[in-house]
Amino acid sequence: MRKILVVVILALVSQMAVAQEKNKKVEMQVAGKCEMCKARIEKAALGVKGVKYALWDVPSHQLSLVLDERKTNPMQVKMALVEVGHDTKELKATDEAYNSVHPCCQYREDSNDDSGHH
Amino acid sequence: MSYMFRCAVVSSAIFFSSLGFSQEKVKGKVLEKSNAESELSLSGASVYWMNSQTGTVTDDNGSFEIEYTGEYKRLIVSYMGFESDTLTINEPKTVSIRLKASNELNEVVVEQKRDATEKAFLTPQNVVTINSAELLKAACCNLAESFETNPSIDVNLSDGLTGTKQIQMLGLTSPYLLITQENIPMVRGASQAYGLTFTPGTWIESIQISKGAGSVVNGYESISGQINTELVKPLTDNELFVNGYGNQNGRYELNTHLNKKLTDKWSTGLYIHGNKRSQREDNNGDGFLDAPLADQINIMNRWQFQDPEKGWVSFFNVRFLNDEKQIGQLDYEPELHNNGSDVWGGEIDTRRFDSSVKVGYVFPNLPFQSIGFQASYSNHLQDSYFGKRSYNIGHESIYTNLIFNSIVGDTRNKFKTGLTFAYDGYDEQVSIDDYSRSDRSAGAFFEYGYENLEKLSFTAGLRIDTHNRLGTYITPRFHLRYTPWERASLRGSFGRGKRAANIFTENQQLFSSARRIAITDTGGSVYGLDPEDAWNYGASFLQGFTFLGRSGNISIDFYRTDFKNQVVVDWEDPQEVSFYNLEGDSFSNSFQFEIDYELATNFEIRTAYKYYDVKVDYRRGELQKPLQAQNRFFGNLAYETNLKNNGAQWRFDFTLHTFGKQRLPDTSSNPESYRFEEFASPYSNMNAQITKVFSKSFEVYVGGENLGNTTQQVPVLGANDPFGPYFDTSIVYAPIMGRMFYAGFRYRI
Repeated sequence: MRKILVVVILALVSQMAVAQEKNKKVEMQVAGKCEMCKARIEKAALGVKGVKYALWDVPSHQLSLVLDERKTNPMQVKMALVEVGHDTKELKATDEAYNSVHPCCQYREDSNDDSGHH
Repeated sequence: MSYMFRCAVVSSAIFFSSLGFSQEKVKGKVLEKSNAESELSLSGASVYWMNSQTGTVTDDNGSFEIEYTGEYKRLIVSYMGFESDTLTINEPKTVSIRLKASNELNEVVVEQKRDATEKAFLTPQNVVTINSAELLKAACCNLAESFETNPSIDVNLSDGLTGTKQIQMLGLTSPYLLITQENIPMVRGASQAYGLTFTPGTWIESIQISKGAGSVVNGYESISGQINTELVKPLTDNELFVNGYGNQNGRYELNTHLNKKLTDKWSTGLYIHGNKRSQREDNNGDGFLDAPLADQINIMNRWQFQDPEKGWVSFFNVRFLNDEKQIGQLDYEPELHNNGSDVWGGEIDTRRFDSSVKVGYVFPNLPFQSIGFQASYSNHLQDSYFGKRSYNIGHESIYTNLIFNSIVGDTRNKFKTGLTFAYDGYDEQVSIDDYSRSDRSAGAFFEYGYENLEKLSFTAGLRIDTHNRLGTYITPRFHLRYTPWERASLRGSFGRGKRAANIFTENQQLFSSARRIAITDTGGSVYGLDPEDAWNYGASFLQGFTFLGRSGNISIDFYRTDFKNQVVVDWEDPQEVSFYNLEGDSFSNSFQFEIDYELATNFEIRTAYKYYDVKVDYRRGELQKPLQAQNRFFGNLAYETNLKNNGAQWRFDFTLHTFGKQRLPDTSSNPESYRFEEFASPYSNMNAQITKVFSKSFEVYVGGENLGNTTQQVPVLGANDPFGPYFDTSIVYAPIMGRMFYAGFRYRI
C-alpha cells in the first residue's frame, strides 16, 4: 500500500516537473536603450497571448517575463520583439523594422542607457 | 471498435495535413547526445534561423516545426546547459539534432541593483510627488509647512492664536482631503486641526499629492484629493541624523534619527523630535501672543522586515506624542488666570499614541500578484480651553485594510480588491455638552486598471461601505489618461466622496471668539446633521517642451466639486457660528495654469496662476467662501551649484505667493471699531533659503520668511476687551508674524 502511495506521489511530482507551467519565469536580453524602448518592448511582449508580465530593465537590457507555457514560449515573444525592431540574442530585426523605431531609440549605434535624456 | 476508428481518422488527418504543409517547413527532433541506449528528447529548446525573425521552441517530445522560405539557410538549435548547433539547410526536410551537454551556461544572468523606486508608466491619476530634495527647500518644520514650494496646495493660517497652518486643495480645506501616512488614514477625526503639525519634516521621505477623486483602495472619505506621506525607512535612512533649527522668534527644534540594520532582514529606527517656543512674541502690540508658547515631544520607533527571496515586506510602527500649547494674552499664566475674567488665555494639550503594522507578500514566481494587510490603532486625547470655553476630545481609532493585487490575463489588466474595517470612538465635550459617539464601518472595494503601454490607461474603482451613521452607499471613482501626441498627457477623473463632518474639531478656531455656537438642524445622524456627500470632476493637460535647448512643461487643470450635501459652517453673523445642512448649491471650481522651465543649467523656475470660485448657499443667500483669495500667483526660483566630489554644494531657493483680494466674513453689524472691511486687500509673501552643503555629512542653512514684512494689522478683533461681545480671533487673512529669519544644520552618517 505504502509503495503504491510512493509511486503515485513520485508520478505526481515528476508530472509537475515536466508539465508546462502556468506561470513560468523567463529572463532574456533584448536590445534597446531608453524609456521609449521600454514601453515598446513591454507592449510587444504583452501582446503575445499567454504573456502575463513583462518588465524590461533599461540599464541591464534584461526582459523579465512571466508566461503561460501552455499558450506560448520565449521564442514567440522574441518573434514579436524583432517585429517591432528590437534585436534579441537569437533573432534579429529586419532593417525595415529597426528603422521604424524612433530615431532616439536606435540602439545599434550606441546602446548606452540614456533614459535620463527623455 | 469505434474508438480505434476515430483514432485512425484523427491520426490520418494529422498525417495528411502535415503532408500538405511539409513543402514549406523544416521539421525535426532535438535530442540529448549521449552514449546511453535511450535518447532523451529536449523540450523547450530554441530553434531559429540565424539573423532572422523566425524561431520556435521544441515541444514536450523535443519536436519542432519551423517555416522554410529559402531566405535563411542556417538553422541554430540551442538549449540551456548544452552546446548550440548550427545546421545548413537548403530544402524543407526532417532533421534530427543531438546536442552535447556543456559545462557552461548559455545565458548569462545579469545581476544588477534596481532603484528603490521605479515608475515605469504614467499613471492615470494626476499625482505630484514632492521628494526629499524638494522638502529641504522649506526647512521648517513639519508636514503642514512642507507645501510652501508646491502650487497645488494652498497654506493659510487657521486662526490668529495657534499659529497653525491649514492646507487647502481645489479650494477646499483639509477635512475634504484624505491625508494618509504610508496609505493609512492619519490626519482625521480629532487630529484634523493640528494633525499635520504632528509629523516632523525630517521624518518625511516623500509626499504624493493626488488632485481630484482618489483611489477607492484607501476609503470613501476623500473628496477633493489625497495627500500621502511616506516616512523615512530604517533600512534606507541614515544611520545617524541630527537636525537642529532655531528662529528669531524663539522657536527651537531638534530632530534625531538612529537607524540600525540588525540582520539581513530586520532593521529598526528610532526617531525623536522635540520643539519648544518659550519666548513671548507680540510684534503688533495687541497684547496677544503672535504665536503660541509650545512644547512638543514626539517619538517614533519603526521596525522593517524584508525578505526579498520569499517576497515578504513588513513594517511595524509605534509613536507617542505629547504637545502643549498656550495661547492668549502676553501675561496669561494658567495657574493664576484660568477660569478668571481678567486675562484671556487658553491651553491645548494633546497626547497621542499610534501604532500600525503593514505586511506585504509578493508571490515569488508571480511578481504581479501580492497581498497586503494594513492595520492601525490610535488613541488621541486633546484637553483644551479657549478662554472660558472648554473643549475636550478623545478619539480612539482602529483601521484595517486587506488588499489583493493581481492581473487578468496579463499586466495590461490589473486589479486590486479587498476589505476595510474601521472603528472610531469619540468622547467629545464642548463646554458642558456631550457629543460622545462611535462609528463603525465595513467596506469592500474593487479597482480595475487598464494600461495599453502607449496611449491609454484608466482606473475604474468601486467600493461599497456600510456605516452605522452614514448608511450603506456606493463610491465610484474613475481616472483616465490619454497621450494624444509626444510629451503630452490628457487626464480626466470623476468620483464620489462621503464623510461625517466633525464640526467642532474641524472648526475649533471659532472657539476663540465670543460667537455663540448653534446647530440648527436636528434630524440627522451626525450632530443632528446629515453626512457630507460630494462629487468631484476634473480634467488636466500636461505638455512637456524644449525651448532654447532646455526642457520645461506646461500644465493646465480644472476641477469642480459639487456638494449634494454639506455641513455649512456659517459665520457671517459676527455674534454666531451656525452649522446646518446645505439647502441649494455648494460648489468649488478651481483652475490652475503652471509653467516649469529650466532657465539655465541648475537654475529652475516654476510659476503658477490659480483661480478659485467657491460658493455656498447660506441661509442668507449665496456667497463666495470667506478668506479665499480668488486669484493667486505662485513663483519659485531654485538654483544650485554643481555638486563637488565630496558632495559640497550651494543651494538657493526663493518663493513668492501673491494672494488676490479675499472676502471677509461679515462684521457689519458690529460697532464701527470692531469691523473689518468687506474685502482684504491683495498682498504678497516671500520666503528665501540658502543652504551650504560642506560634505555629504554636514550642511547648514539660513532662511527668511515673510521677507516683505506684510502682516495683518488687526488679527484679534476686540483685543482690548477679550471677554466682551466682539472678541474674535478667527478672521485671519495674512501673516501675523513679520519678517523672520532662521538657521539650522543637518548632520548625517
